[in-house]
Amino acid sequence: MGRSLIEKIMSSHGGEDCRAGDVVWIDIDNRTARDFAGASVVGNLEKYGGDSPIAERSKTFFTFDCNVPANTIPYANNQQRIRIFARKNDLKVYDVDAGIGSHVVIEEKFAKPGTTTVGTDSHLNIMGSVGAFGQGMGDVDIAYAFKTGKVWFEVPESIRVTLDGMPTAGTEAKDIALAMLRRFSSHELLGKSVEIYGPWLKNASLEDCVTLSSLATEMGAIIALIPPNDNVLDFFGITRNEAVYADSDTAYLEDYSLDIDGLEPLIAAPPSPTNVYPVSEKTDVKVDGVFIGSCTNGTYQDLKYAAELLKGRKVAPGVMLKVVPATRATWARLLDEGLLKDIFDAGGIVSNAGCGGCASGQIGMTGEGEVQVSTSNRNFKGKQGKGNTYLAGIGTAAASAVLGRIASVHELKEVL
Amino acid sequence: MSVEMILNGRLWVLRENGKLFSDIDTDMIYHNAHLAVTDIDKMGQFAFGNLEGYKDFADKAQSGDLVLAGDNFGSGSSRQHAVDCFKALGVQTVIARSFGAIYKRNAINSGFPIIELPDLPDDLFSNFEIAELNLEAGVLSAGDNRFQGNPMSEVARDIYLAGGLFQYAETM
Repeated sequence: MGRSLIEKIMSSHGGEDCRAGDVVWIDIDNRTARDFAGASVVGNLEKYGGDSPIAERSKTFFTFDCNVPANTIPYANNQQRIRIFARKNDLKVYDVDAGIGSHVVIEEKFAKPGTTTVGTDSHLNIMGSVGAFGQGMGDVDIAYAFKTGKVWFEVPESIRVTLDGMPTAGTEAKDIALAMLRRFSSHELLGKSVEIYGPWLKNASLEDCVTLSSLATEMGAIIALIPPNDNVLDFFGITRNEAVYADSDTAYLEDYSLDIDGLEPLIAAPPSPTNVYPVSEKTDVKVDGVFIGSCTNGTYQDLKYAAELLKGRKVAPGVMLKVVPATRATWARLLDEGLLKDIFDAGGIVSNAGCGGCASGQIGMTGEGEVQVSTSNRNFKGKQGKGNTYLAGIGTAAASAVLGRIASVHELKEVL
Repeated sequence: MSVEMILNGRLWVLRENGKLFSDIDTDMIYHNAHLAVTDIDKMGQFAFGNLEGYKDFADKAQSGDLVLAGDNFGSGSSRQHAVDCFKALGVQTVIARSFGAIYKRNAINSGFPIIELPDLPDDLFSNFEIAELNLEAGVLSAGDNRFQGNPMSEVARDIYLAGGLFQYAETM
């Protein structure tokens, strides 16, 4: 019997021919911690790290992305504590200017297909987008990985999901992720490794894969692994033989197919990412604010698309449009190509690169009763303030900003 | 801290609309507004501070209490605070039908015992009854009621008995 993708990755990282259910110690290629929880990682290493708290410097680094630059004194203190520890131990810090750590790790090509990455970010399983293992962990685990280069892991069962058919034009990776959340909720994939296949993925961009994989956490899955297509292989400059794929005779715990043929844009209403509706059923909801960004939808491709939709249009009176590019490199490209100006002229607020609204307030929270359309990944009660957050793709977010109510990109094309 | 394989205490049965409370995410357990806190002793006051119906949990919890919830407890972020806040209050364990994957690891690594009781009926146990949890067997019992869940895994037991991941590493 063949091996699933996760069994193969773990087998090649010290897990020796492992199977689902085995508890194995795996070698970690990239060991990261962010400003959130990073200070606790430092605390653990100071307490338990002894004279050699870092196994391999070149594989170990900090990424600041939660609260950048710090707008609370405790965050500022934590970041400074990390910087001092990093200097002392000769570790690299991707500081407050760098952007979202999980994206930086891909951008820098550290997280190649088949590699392993851990960090204190629950969306680090975004590495599934390139057919690599990634996992968010708490500060104890991460400190242990810093010191030893290893973590223990119970190899999860694997489920195969095949996306059948092709969605309509104007439907994005986010809508497909929302279709998966609608179908599987947060229970059916709980604790599982999910491999995603289907014709739509053949030509999907790296950015599309990032968006799709980033919602694995909300599905309760350990990771959503997407076998690298040509676009992803080209990005890393590698061939198919250098990536890792599941064996063709793998026996999956479940084998689901999900029909996305003709899929229309979707939106998740509060209070959960699994509370999904067609955008067309929510067009009577007035919006106060729109957030475009996050590790789910903050890439160059995402923001370029937003800029194209906003160019020559105006954000509706009284509506806030908040835009946060994922990384500094994304920012630079948008700047060079004049795309930030299109967003600015439409009435948007553009912040420095980072996690944006998800972690208490880089670009503001929502007040009681405030309705926000967000391209991020969580809309649990109280997560982004007291308001009501709807989750959607770029097209829906931009259209809603212009029309002042929830709207799909198809409606936007009728404006102007 | 003494390490016991049988825990006795008052059982908090978390409910929402009469059913066991499911999908309690880490922002409901420990809100992101307090993430900059790094001193475990100061985390207890924020436990369930954003969970509807239980915002006064920190005031009412007593050392030795047990907590019981529904599916997918601790989904969401990787914050260790969501485990440590219970340790700070002296809560001995969280029992649930299932846990979010990261939460499960965080609990195990910090030596906080958790037990899964898949398919536990909503009304088998009552709020505030005195219950016994057998970690080795994975059994929760109170009065005449008893429910068999998943025993603690070997790794979890070893780390728990050692007192945490770092302490466990020293025994390897």
